[in-house]
Amino acid sequence: MNPSLRWSTFAAPSRFYALAAALNPWLWGAAIVLAAAGLYVGFFVAPTDATQGDSYRIIFIHVPAAWISMVIYLAMAFWAALGWMLNARMASMLARALAPTGALFTFVALWTGSFWGKPTWGTWWVWDARLTSYLILLFLYLGFIALVSAIDDVVRGDKAAAVLALVGAVNIPIIYFSVRWWNTLHQGATISMTKAPSMAQTMLLAMLLMTFAFWAYAFAVVFTRAQALALERERDTDWVRSLAAGKEA
Amino acid sequence: MFSAFSAVYARDLRLALRRRIEALLPVVFFIVAASLFPLGVGPEPQTLRVIAAGVLWVCALLASMLSVSNLYALDHADGSLEQMLLSGHPGTVLAAAKAAAHWTITGAPLVLAAPVIGLLLDMSPQGLAVLVGTLLLGTPILSLLGGVGAALTLGLRSAGVLLVLLILPLTIPALIFGAGAVGAADSGISTSGHFSLLGALLIITALIAPPATAVALRIALE
Amino acid sequence: MVALACRRGDRVLFKGVNLEVSAGRAVWLRGRNGRGKTSLLRLACGLAVPEAGQVLWDGVAVRRAAGYAERRLYIGHANALKDDLTVAESLRFLAHLHGRAHDAASLDAALARVGMASRRDAPVRTLSQGQRRRAALARLALERRATLWILDEPYDALDVDGMACVNGLLHEHLARRGSVLLTSHQAPGAEAPEMSEFDLDRFAERTS
Repeated sequence: MNPSLRWSTFAAPSRFYALAAALNPWLWGAAIVLAAAGLYVGFFVAPTDATQGDSYRIIFIHVPAAWISMVIYLAMAFWAALGWMLNARMASMLARALAPTGALFTFVALWTGSFWGKPTWGTWWVWDARLTSYLILLFLYLGFIALVSAIDDVVRGDKAAAVLALVGAVNIPIIYFSVRWWNTLHQGATISMTKAPSMAQTMLLAMLLMTFAFWAYAFAVVFTRAQALALERERDTDWVRSLAAGKEA
Repeated sequence: MFSAFSAVYARDLRLALRRRIEALLPVVFFIVAASLFPLGVGPEPQTLRVIAAGVLWVCALLASMLSVSNLYALDHADGSLEQMLLSGHPGTVLAAAKAAAHWTITGAPLVLAAPVIGLLLDMSPQGLAVLVGTLLLGTPILSLLGGVGAALTLGLRSAGVLLVLLILPLTIPALIFGAGAVGAADSGISTSGHFSLLGALLIITALIAPPATAVALRIALE
Repeated sequence: MVALACRRGDRVLFKGVNLEVSAGRAVWLRGRNGRGKTSLLRLACGLAVPEAGQVLWDGVAVRRAAGYAERRLYIGHANALKDDLTVAESLRFLAHLHGRAHDAASLDAALARVGMASRRDAPVRTLSQGQRRRAALARLALERRATLWILDEPYDALDVDGMACVNGLLHEHLARRGSVLLTSHQAPGAEAPEMSEFDLDRFAERTS
C-alpha cells in the first residue's frame, strides 16, 4: 500500500468526486438490499410482542433513525470544524451536504415516534424527554440550514456554519440533560422505548439491518449532494469543465 | 483591557440614554406579549398562576432576542465595529462589553418588570421572588447567547428572524431551569438545585459565548 | 516599518499584487471603481484574509504581529461616528479605544486642527457630510508617533480648506517617518506630499 495515499488526497474536490462516483452505486445497492432485508425481518419475521402487539415494530425505523440523526450532527460539526481549521473546502462542503439528511432522519425519528405513541397512549405526541430532545435537534438542524443558505459568500458561510455547528454540539449535552430534568420534574409520560420489548434475536437483527441500511443510504445521499456542491463551487476549474465536455460528447 | 471594556460599555449606555424610548421597547414588548396570554387562555386565576412562570420566561426570552439583533448591526453599518476590531483589544473583551451593555439596557429592566406582570398573573410571593432570582441569572445568559447569534447573522437579509431561530433552541436549558424553579417554589420543593444549575449555565455561557462571538464577528467582517 | 504585501484577490478581484509601503513614504492607490481598492486596504489592515499571498509588517504576518494594531491607523470610507454622540464624545471614544491621548485638551487641539472646534458639542447627526469627514479625520491630528496610516478616500466630501488640512497633516506625518497608504478618486492637489502611485487597474482580472 502506497504510504503516501492518505485520506487527505480526497480533500481535493476532483478526487472526492471520483471517489464518490465510484462508491455510490454500491452504496445505493447496499441501502436497498439492507433496507429490504431489515424491513422484512422487522415486520414479518420478528415475533409479536406480548405487551404491545404489532405496533412496536415501528421502532425498527425509529431507533436507527434517531441514532443516525445524532451521529450526523456530530459528523457535520466535525467536518465543518476541520474544513475551517485546515482550510479544506471539501470538508466544508461535506458538512453542508450532511445537514439536510440529518434533518430528514430527525424528522423521521419524530414522525415514527409519534406513530408509536398513538396506538399505545392515544395521543399523537408525547412530550417525553427523548422526543423533545429530538425536536430541539431538528430545530438546530433547521437553524444550521437556514444560516448557511442566508449567507451568500461561500467562505463566510462555511466558517459561520462551523461556529454554529460547534456551539450547537457543545450545547447538545446541556440541552439533553435539561430536558430530562424537566421531564422528571413534571412526571410526564415516558415512552420507554428501551424498556419495551426485551430484544429477541430477530429483533436485534432487524435493528442492525435497518441501521446499516440507513448508514448506506446516508452515505449515498450525502456523497451525491457533496458532488453537486463540488461541481457548483468548482465550476471554473479544469476538471469540471472537462467533465462537462465529456458528458456532452 | 479593562479600559476597552469600560469604554465600549459606557458608550453603549450613553447611546441608549440618548434614545430612551427605543431602548425601552423590549420591555414594552414584554409587557404587551405577557398580557396577551390571559386574553388567549382565559382569566381564571388558577390557570394563570400555573402558566405564569413559563409565560414570563418565554416572553423575556423573546424580548431579549428581538432587541439583540441590533447589537452589532448599527455599529457595523457606520464603521464603528471595524474600528473596535482593529483596536488591538481582544475581541472577547469587546463581545463581553457589548453583552454586558445589552443586559444593562434590556435585561435588567426585564427583571424589574417581570414581578409586576407576575402580580397580574396572580403569582404567589415566593414564586415572584424566585422568578426575579432566576431572571437575574437568566437574562445575562440570554444577552450572551444573543451576542453570538447577532454576530453570526451580521448583515444578513433576514437577520432578525434567523437570529431568533438559531438562538432560541440554545436558550432552552435556561428556560427549563428558570421556569422550573418557580414551579418548585410553588410546590414547596427546594429550588437550590435549579439555582445552582442556572448559575453553572451562566458561568459556562460567560466563558464560551464571548470568544465565540469574537470569532463570528471576524468571520462576518472578512 | 515596512509593510510588504504580496496578495492575490478574493473573488479574484486582483492577482499577483506586490506592494510595499516604507517609512516616510506615501502610496496613492489608484484604480477604477470596483477594482478592489477598498479590499486591498482591508487586507493591509488585517481585517480580511487574502485568497493567496501574504500581508507582512516588518516581516511578520499582519494578523499575528504584536503591536501592529498600535502602529496602524485605519480610517475607512465609513466615518465610524455615532449619530447620537457629540463630535467630542465620538472622537474621545475612538481615541480611547485605540490607546491615543483622549484628554480634553488633546481632543480640542485635534478638532481645531481640522476646523471642527466650534462644533465639538454638536451631535454628529446634525453635521454635513464634509463636517463628518473632518471629524473622522481629526484622529489623524492626534497622532504623535510614526505609524502606518491606511486611509480610504480621505478627501471625500471635503472642500478646498478641508483638503489643505489633510495634506498638512500628511506632510507632518511623513516628516516624522510615518507612512501612508491611501486611495482617492480625486487628485490629492498641488500641496499634497509626494506620493508614488500604484494602479490597481493593471492587475484586474477580466470578470467571468
